[in-house]
Amino acid sequence: MNKLRNFNLPWWLSVGPALLVLCFFMVLPIAIIFSYSLMQADPHGGVVHAFSTDAYLRFLFERDWDDVLQFDLSYFTIFLRSIALAAATTLLCLAISFPAAYYIAGQPPARRNVLLLLITIPFWANLLVRTYCWVLILRDSGLVNTWLGLAGWISSPLPLMYTNGAILIGLVYAYLPFMALPIYATLEKTDWRLINASRDLYANPLQTMRRIVLPLARPGIIAGSIMVFIPSLGAVIAPDLLGGGRKLMIGSLIQLQFSASRNWPFGAANAVILLVFVLLLLYLWRRRGGNTTGAW
Amino acid sequence: MAAAWREHDGRMVNAGRTARMPGFGVWTWVFYLFLYAPVVILIIFSFNEGRSATVWNGFSLDWYRRAFTNPSIQRATLNSLIVACSATVVAVALALPVALALSRGKRFYGAGAMHLLLLAPLMVPEIVTAVATLTFFSAIGFRFGLFNVFIAHTVFCLPFAFLPIWARLSHMDEKLESAARDLYANAWQAFVRITLPLLAPGIIAGAMLAFVISLDDFIITLMVADAGATTLPVYIYSMVRVGTSPEINAVSTVLLAASSAVIIAHHFLTREKAAT
Repeated sequence: MNKLRNFNLPWWLSVGPALLVLCFFMVLPIAIIFSYSLMQADPHGGVVHAFSTDAYLRFLFERDWDDVLQFDLSYFTIFLRSIALAAATTLLCLAISFPAAYYIAGQPPARRNVLLLLITIPFWANLLVRTYCWVLILRDSGLVNTWLGLAGWISSPLPLMYTNGAILIGLVYAYLPFMALPIYATLEKTDWRLINASRDLYANPLQTMRRIVLPLARPGIIAGSIMVFIPSLGAVIAPDLLGGGRKLMIGSLIQLQFSASRNWPFGAANAVILLVFVLLLLYLWRRRGGNTTGAW
Repeated sequence: MAAAWREHDGRMVNAGRTARMPGFGVWTWVFYLFLYAPVVILIIFSFNEGRSATVWNGFSLDWYRRAFTNPSIQRATLNSLIVACSATVVAVALALPVALALSRGKRFYGAGAMHLLLLAPLMVPEIVTAVATLTFFSAIGFRFGLFNVFIAHTVFCLPFAFLPIWARLSHMDEKLESAARDLYANAWQAFVRITLPLLAPGIIAGAMLAFVISLDDFIITLMVADAGATTLPVYIYSMVRVGTSPEINAVSTVLLAASSAVIIAHHFLTREKAAT
């Protein structure tokens, strides 16, 4: 049957405006970042228009007073810390949200809806505010230290803030819903008869989990991991508020180069590396089938 | 281990109570406690009479009164609302024809690329978009205060406006529109009388998401906004940098309440869609 096409605006009228906006304010700025990463820094901010690979070399070397390149991995370490923290965040989010997602998916529809809404609200709620909540809890005069002090367990406040652990808590808290939602979406669509059948056939809960549930939930777990890992890797707020600028991650390093440090080419090089890394990850995911969970 | 299966719409659906895993129920409560306890602490202490965010001194709305009468907070709130409203309207206006063209129009060259480009703001890390936009504006000498913020917000709101509209279109029965055309409605009549009313929930859903995303954005605004173009999240950040104060708790609570209200409304709107 010939399908009627009911929308006949010429493409330049329908797609044109959005295309123009995206090319001009998304593609072009990223192209400029690419080009800036290959220029020299102007100490007053901005760039000197001359070709240089200095920005990329800074990851592995430092230029000392005699203009000699010394092997120096301090910036590379920040990159590694970011990957490690993002990976730890992903694993923790998975461990925390999987049982909850499974439990919610097994509830009657009405209850499921309420529980789902309760995950969706923090998903969209302000990230800055949600991270700030942890400042109230973890700082020296914060809830944990005050209560432990009142209980007489500690005499001086525990240094909870400005540690990798504090950043990790902040990241897990920030992106937990991003893991729970895709896993839930996958489990909700699963044929639960398979899970029940395995129990009927005398598999214990652990066996059912490992042999039936986890393989069925795999697309959701992968989607959730991507959705947690990528924003954690480029996180700015958690390392800033909870790491206090002492424990940098690549996102806060980029932000610093464009504000206080005023080394735009180095910031641009960091941004390019982060972007390439993330797009590569997304490309590999897409090639393996991409997002099939129905949650985005 | 028999599950509660029930006939529904001609197929067997699970009405709950299936293979239970020991401890998962308790764990779910811990999960929600972890998700909500920090926010609840923030909200409780925003009503605290004293300055402390750890010891309860008594109920008071004083910090809210202070926040609401603070001219900087008023200015930042106004900026936030101006940017969120205008970015939402423009993002929806840009996304709607694209969604229609991609799902209802003639196939055109580069449709797949266009779809990918529309989702680009979701894929590019936020900090990269932030510094790229900052660099671009400074390279072309584009300095128009709040207008810069509005442009940046419009770009990252686009996919959030587009996706619900597009999802709604792909679930809508195209035969209704074709029937209207068969009954001698012209393209415009069919669009206004059939497509648009059916599509309305998708458009409203997209607008709601775009609004919340714009209202809550912090990193991109922080990098792009000049001193006069501060939005509420950026102002909250500048207060947090100086030190914690119950005034921050009060403003933060208001901001959380605003976005939660929109998201709850969005939830009920889209749930209705699923039911029909």
